[in-house]
Amino acid sequence: MIGLEKASVAFGPRTIFKDISFNVPVGRSMAILGPNGRGKTTLLRATLGFQALASGRRFAPKVTGYVPQHGASQAKLSGLDVVIMGRAVQLGLFGQPSAKDREAAQAALVQVGACALADLRYDRMSGGQRQLVLIARALATGSAALVFDEPTSALDLGNQSRTLELLDSLRLRRDFAIIFTTHDPNHALAAADDVLLMMPGDGEISGPVAEMIEPDNLSQLYGVPMRWVDVHGPTGETRRAILPAFAGIEAA
Amino acid sequence: MSVVATAAPERRFSALRLGTFGALLLALLAAMLFAISAGRFSVSIPRIVEVLMAAALDPGATPAQMDERILLLVRLPRVLLAALSGAALAVGGAALQGVFRNPLVSPQVLGISQGAAFGGALALLLGYHGVVLLGLAFFFGLAALVMVGALARINGRTEVITVILSGMVIGALFGALVSIVQFIADPNTSLPAIVYWLMGSFSTATWARLGLAIPGMAIGLAIIFLLRYRLNLLALEDSEARSLGVNPDKERWLVFIAISLMTGTSVAVAGIVGWIGLVVPHAARILVGEDHRVLIPASALLGATYLTFVDTLARTLTAAEIPLGVLTALIGAPVFGLLLRRHFKEANRA
Repeated sequence: MIGLEKASVAFGPRTIFKDISFNVPVGRSMAILGPNGRGKTTLLRATLGFQALASGRRFAPKVTGYVPQHGASQAKLSGLDVVIMGRAVQLGLFGQPSAKDREAAQAALVQVGACALADLRYDRMSGGQRQLVLIARALATGSAALVFDEPTSALDLGNQSRTLELLDSLRLRRDFAIIFTTHDPNHALAAADDVLLMMPGDGEISGPVAEMIEPDNLSQLYGVPMRWVDVHGPTGETRRAILPAFAGIEAA
Repeated sequence: MSVVATAAPERRFSALRLGTFGALLLALLAAMLFAISAGRFSVSIPRIVEVLMAAALDPGATPAQMDERILLLVRLPRVLLAALSGAALAVGGAALQGVFRNPLVSPQVLGISQGAAFGGALALLLGYHGVVLLGLAFFFGLAALVMVGALARINGRTEVITVILSGMVIGALFGALVSIVQFIADPNTSLPAIVYWLMGSFSTATWARLGLAIPGMAIGLAIIFLLRYRLNLLALEDSEARSLGVNPDKERWLVFIAISLMTGTSVAVAGIVGWIGLVVPHAARILVGEDHRVLIPASALLGATYLTFVDTLARTLTAAEIPLGVLTALIGAPVFGLLLRRHFKEANRA
C-alpha cells in the first residue's frame, strides 16, 4: 500500500539511508523509531514523495493523509475550513467546496471527536486542538494511507495519551495503512503493529512490535540501557512499559 | 447534532458577508458617480443618469451637447479604466501576498512594475504605442518575475526574505534600464512622453484605450477569481500543499502569469500607479478576513473604489492635474510603513 523499495537518500556526499525497503499494507500500523538526526523525518518525506530518492522507488496512493507537526500555522481560518482543505483533490484546480465537502469535513471532525472545533479559529487553537484538526483533515482526504510526523512530540502528557488512543482506534479499524514516527518506544507499544528501527550509524531492522520493542534492541538504538517496568492501571491490570535506566535512578 | 449546531453560525457569517459586499458595491457606485459628476465642469447626478440612459438606449448617437461629450467621451472611459485598473492591481496584490504567505509583497516590491515600465518605455522610445507597448510591458513584467524567482530559489527552496531582496535587486536593475532609455530618448519627442507616462495617469483615457486594457485585465482577474479557493491551499507550506494533492510549483506560475498580465496591462495604459496592491488587500483583510474566497472579490471592489476616488482627487484637487502615481505613493508609503511595523511587532510576539 505505502512504502519504499530499496530506497536511498543522500544529501551531497552524505548518505542518510541506503536500500531501505518496507511496506505497510492497509490494516497495519507501523512506528518508526531512531535517534535524533538519524533521518526519521527524511524517511517520512521520502515516503510522502517530498524528498527525491537517489535510488530505489516509492509506492503510495496518489494522495496520502499527512499530519505534519506544524501545519497551516498561519491560517486565520476556522477549524472546519482547515479540514475542508483535505478535499483539495476532489475539488481540482478551479473548484469551490460545496455542501458535500463541508459534510465530509464535518464527518472527519466527528471521527476524531472534535466537532466542537469546527467554528473555532485555527490560529487561536492549542497545539492539541490543532493536531486533532490536522488529523481530521488527513481523514477528509479519503486516502487509505495516513502518515504522522511525530504526532506526540509537541503535546503535554494528557494530549499525548488522547492522540495515542486516537491512533490506536484508527489502527483497530483495520482500513488504514498508518505510519508514524516517535521518540518514545511506549508509543509504539500503544498504537503500532510493526516497528522500523533506524539504528545508529546505519542499518535498519523491522518487525512486529513484540520482537522489536525489547531492551536489547532499544539499548543499542539509543545507547542507553533500557528496562521493562510493570505499570499498574487504575483497575488493577498490569501493563508493561519500557524505560531508560536513568529514569527513577534517584528514587531507587 | 453537531452538523445542525454549526450550520447556524455559517449562515450568520454569510449574512454578515452579504452586508459587507453590499456596502462595498454601494461605495464603488458612489465613487463612480462622484467621479463622473466632479471636475471643472460639474454635472448634477440627475443629469448624469439622464445622459447615461439616453446613451444606453441609443449607443450609436453622437453626443451633441457639451456636457454629454464631457461625460461620455472623457469622464466615463476614464472612470471605467481607473476602476478596472484598481480592481486588477488590488487583486494582483492579494493573490501575490497569499502565494508568498506574506502581506508585505506587491507587484512593485517584486520588480514586476519596474520590468513592465522598462517594456513600456522601450516601446515609446522605438515610437510604438498601443498593442506593442502593452505586449512589451507584459513581457518584461513577467521577465522580471522570472528573474526574481530564479534568483531567490536557493537549494530548491524559496524563502520570503530572499524573494523580497531579489525583488529589490531586479527592480533596481530595471529602474536603471528605464534611466538608460530616458537618457538616449529624444528630448523633444519621446522623452516627455516617457516621463509623463511613467508618473502614472488616467488623463489620456479613451474608449480605445479602455478596449486595449480590458482583455489583459479581464483574463487576469478571471484566472485569479477562479483560483480563489486554490489560493488558500497555495498559502500553505509547500510540502503540506503537496500532500493534499496540490502542485504548488506549477500552480503558482499560473498566478504569476495572471498577475503579470494585469500589472503589465495597467502599466501600459496608465504608467506606474503604485501601492494599490499593497494597501488595498490589507484593508480588505481587515474587513472580510483571510479566506481568499471572499478576500479576492472584496479586494477587487475596494481597489476599484479606491483608485476611482484617488483619480478624481488627482484631477480635481488643484487646477493642474496631480500625477496619480504621486498621489497613491503619498498615501501608500505611510500606510506601508505602519503595516511593516505592525507586521514585525506581531512576528516578534509569536
